[in-house]
Amino acid sequence: MSAVGREHPRLEGPDKVTGAARYAVEYPVDGVAYGWVVPAAATRGRITRVDVAPALAVPGVLDVLHHGNAPRLTPGVDDTLFLLQEPTVHYRGEYVAVVVADSLEAAREGARLVRIDYDTQPHSTVLSEHHPGLYRPDTVNPGYPTDTTDGDFDAGFAAAEVRLDATYRTPAYHNNPMEPHATTAQWRNGRLLVHDSTQGSTPVQATLAQLFGLPPEAVRVVAEHVGGGFGSKGAAKAPVVLAALAARQVDRPVRLALTRQQLFGPLGYRTPTIQRVRLGADADGRIAAICHDAISQTSGVHEFAEQTAVYTRSMYAGRHRRTTHRLARLDVPTPFWMRAPGECPGAYALESALDELASACGVDPVELRIRNDVTVDPDSGQPFSSRNLVACLREGARRFDWADRDPTPGVRRLGRWLIGTGVAGSSYPARSRAAAAAATAAPDGTFEVRINATDIGTGARTALWQVAADALEVPADRITIRIGDSDLPPAGVAGGSMGTASWSWAVIRACQGLRDRLRHVPGAAVPADGLTVEASTADEVRAQRPLARYAYGAHFVQVRVDADTGEIRVDRMLGMFAVGRVVNPSTARSQLIGGMTMGLSMALHEEGLLDERYGDWVNHDLATYHVSACADIERIEAYWLPEEDPELNPAGVKGIGEIGIVGSAAAVANAVHHATGVRVRDLPIRLDKLLDRLPAG
Amino acid sequence: MKAFRYHRPADVAEAVALLDAEPAAAYLAGGTNLVDLMKLGVQRPELLVDVTGLPLDTVEVLPGGGLRIGATVRNSDLAADPVIRREHPLLSRALLAGASGQLRNLATTAGNLLQRTRCVYFQDTGKACNKREPGTGCAARHGQNRDLAILGWSELCVATHPSDLAVALVALDAVVEAHDPGGAREIPVAELHRTPGEHPERETSLPRGALITAVRVPPLPFARRCTYLKARDRASFAFAVGSVAAALDLDGDTVRDVRLAYGAVAHRPWRAYRAEEALRGRPFTAELAAQAADAELAAARPLPHNGFKVPLIRNLTVRALTTLAGTAPR
Ligand SMILES: Cc1cc2nc3c(=O)[nH]c(=O)nc-3n(C[C@H](O)[C@H](O)[C@H](O)COP(=O)(O)OP(=O)(O)OC[C@H]3O[C@@H](n4cnc5c(N)ncnc54)[C@H](O)[C@@H]3O)c2cc1C
Ligand code: SF4
Repeated sequence: MSAVGREHPRLEGPDKVTGAARYAVEYPVDGVAYGWVVPAAATRGRITRVDVAPALAVPGVLDVLHHGNAPRLTPGVDDTLFLLQEPTVHYRGEYVAVVVADSLEAAREGARLVRIDYDTQPHSTVLSEHHPGLYRPDTVNPGYPTDTTDGDFDAGFAAAEVRLDATYRTPAYHNNPMEPHATTAQWRNGRLLVHDSTQGSTPVQATLAQLFGLPPEAVRVVAEHVGGGFGSKGAAKAPVVLAALAARQVDRPVRLALTRQQLFGPLGYRTPTIQRVRLGADADGRIAAICHDAISQTSGVHEFAEQTAVYTRSMYAGRHRRTTHRLARLDVPTPFWMRAPGECPGAYALESALDELASACGVDPVELRIRNDVTVDPDSGQPFSSRNLVACLREGARRFDWADRDPTPGVRRLGRWLIGTGVAGSSYPARSRAAAAAATAAPDGTFEVRINATDIGTGARTALWQVAADALEVPADRITIRIGDSDLPPAGVAGGSMGTASWSWAVIRACQGLRDRLRHVPGAAVPADGLTVEASTADEVRAQRPLARYAYGAHFVQVRVDADTGEIRVDRMLGMFAVGRVVNPSTARSQLIGGMTMGLSMALHEEGLLDERYGDWVNHDLATYHVSACADIERIEAYWLPEEDPELNPAGVKGIGEIGIVGSAAAVANAVHHATGVRVRDLPIRLDKLLDRLPAG
Repeated sequence: MKAFRYHRPADVAEAVALLDAEPAAAYLAGGTNLVDLMKLGVQRPELLVDVTGLPLDTVEVLPGGGLRIGATVRNSDLAADPVIRREHPLLSRALLAGASGQLRNLATTAGNLLQRTRCVYFQDTGKACNKREPGTGCAARHGQNRDLAILGWSELCVATHPSDLAVALVALDAVVEAHDPGGAREIPVAELHRTPGEHPERETSLPRGALITAVRVPPLPFARRCTYLKARDRASFAFAVGSVAAALDLDGDTVRDVRLAYGAVAHRPWRAYRAEEALRGRPFTAELAAQAADAELAAARPLPHNGFKVPLIRNLTVRALTTLAGTAPR
């Protein structure tokens, strides 16, 4: 019986719950020192003086690194990592110094005492559609065209029977993985060893090698266990660079772990967005003209352009189409990836607009989406490898008992509660990238599979182990899987929902190769030092047919709103997905409901509150930046359709890390509208935005 | 973090003496607030006097009714105490509406009453705050102030007191028992916390070095007809956006007596005396409840981001009282 498709608990689960699993700053290291970052207290300007004397006077403080004395780096592609090299301050909270001490406490106290003078300049930190500096970036993340147009949107929109023109706003969101970014760095004979909390140690290795002017093989990055990332650890980040700089400076291993408060900004966050969506349709809700104009922010350090409107390019019908992206360069930290960058905020806007269009046309919102399904990708003109959006909508609606829903908003009451339901579509690209893996057979009949994949808590390690068992055609308990170390065959990050798709491909090829070799070993005798096959998928991935590959889904949500207070509670969320083959149903379900919950959190709770006088977010801990808690959702279900898509990768998987969050916030917002009749177009929807607009009892 | 000394006193007298001798000392109870603030550099004591070993961890029934709650009784234990649940369920409800299970397991009665404001500027040493550093200004006054006060604030400080328990205790006319170098003293909880006025850094009327030993709650014949309603931004583990503690005594339709207090609206738990006055002796209706709330809230001066708290508290008042009167829609 195949291992793929069976539930299996995470292999490292017992290690994690007993504390045996080591995270980046938990490895015992002799003579280790501790680093503590000093954030800039100015929003824009230059450092004119650094007085380290009071910090150095703290017993145990070894050194203070700053732009005036830190080891030099070679500038690379990501300027946010060119740390402690220049006196420029680009945003409040930028790390401008690091105190290194014998103890964490001394380092922290030293950091408080570093005196820095700034020559400050006026700053601009608020995103607005009227910002004078709005510009058109060359491309949007991770390389999509900035604007697209097809047909004549203006004419199509003007001619439409029903027109919707609405602007949606989302605030800054902060990734907040459970394990804050953390690194232990050690230099040994010119070689750099780091234990880093990252979503991919292969790229971290390359980045460190470049910054420190080393050959890649002189850098080893270990990330055996990682406590989440949500995209914020998708590339090398400041802590790993600072720890390596500090370790070099004090000539000792250095540990550097950030606090929760320090995570809000400098490591990336989801940009605020302002999104204007225009839909022109006939009276039956068939879209003829569709336009999505997205505005987001970037920093003065490094450009990041969120691909907010990309979702609209391929999702629904419309002969006349246009999407645009504009950026404002503000005196803020650089935004970065956060779970489904682009698709997540974009789907909130588009799937909300579809709901508004459904109301305007008097068409059921599930039906409206079905009517606007497409058979070829409207963006690329390519056929889909598979597209089961309609099947998700239909099956989700059936399970949710959507039929017979009264579309009238604000009329269902249960005591003090107003009740409503909402739906939204969802999709996410199903991509793969090249990876390498090795498989070794030992004479005792056991196997070891090695790949520098990263398990950020998702269950990736377990999934690869299951895939390997099937590819080797041996019981899984004879296989050991090793991941999370740049000494292993290189592989890409856990990101873009590409992890399992890409890694399983390489694992399968290595295992298949090994199985073939074993068949031809005379007498089936494995040599004493084992038999190893390595495989890379670079050629195969490059040779993939040009097809539109996406996962799809549909969200169904029921909320209730307290008529006296405006408090919103979610009774039920149901997600129906088409994500190719599911390797491990229990960890897959966790990913999907995790994404759905994060969308709920985005819709109702999370918001970085900027104080423009200071230029930073004033709610920078988990007591004041609310992330949904268990009590916020009473019942949550995720299901998937059986889906066999031979055009993906050998394992037939589409990736499930991100699709759960795409559309989820819109389904919640649509349900709130159905419950109350109030359409809130700026997230989060909190009680104060509803209170004075609720229907009278 | 700043280095500090730590001491576990043997008795109340030693605790008080230790604090008296060291100007920069602080009592440490559960530490769920104080230790956080120390890490943030907001509080920087030289000496911590750990009071959790003192024999102040019991709930006593007093002769003649009423209860004495020890200062170090953990919030979880207090909420689950059978006597409390029977005699003063309002306290259980308020406690269980607050924080999380883990925090309540550590948090103590006195620590809860004396927890500091959650104003985000107070907690960030990079921002101006008169409470943290007198004379530096109040960043919240013209900053992000959605969660802050609508009543009793001053230009110098617009913070709120965050405790749920304190709101219930104020409603119940509880009294704090304390020891300081001058001896024992008693202060009604309603007078424990101050409004900010010219001195937001002075938060309570306790003399310096005073150790709270207990909170006494007098008997209240209608204590069981009570409710604690808390509006919050997420369903658990969130401070109140606004809360109402209420107890109601009806004689037929007529309000014989009532207790009403508001949380998250002011620098102290806010006993709604005016609303109570408007209710007492009158035939109860939902309209009367609304008028009573309006009478209390007439003095409200909302900040730029928190005008919604006025209708919110009004609605919560009506809901609480109509529920207790048995006339709520459900
Ligand atoms: C994330 C989070 C959410 C929370 N949510 C809520 C909520 O919803 N509702 C709510 O009410 N609370 C909430 N709390 C606050 C929590 O209830 C308080 O932190 C707790 O009650 C403080 O009690 P403690 O014993 O830990 O006090 P400590 O932190 O030990 O002390 C607090 C203060 O009291 C002083 N002190 C302690 N004991 C005495 C004494 N006997 N005599 C004199 N002074 C003393 C200390 O010196 C210190 O200044 C939350 C806290 C957190 C961190
Ligand atoms: S409201 Fe009070 S606590 Fe908050 S910043 Fe102003 S002075 Fe400080």
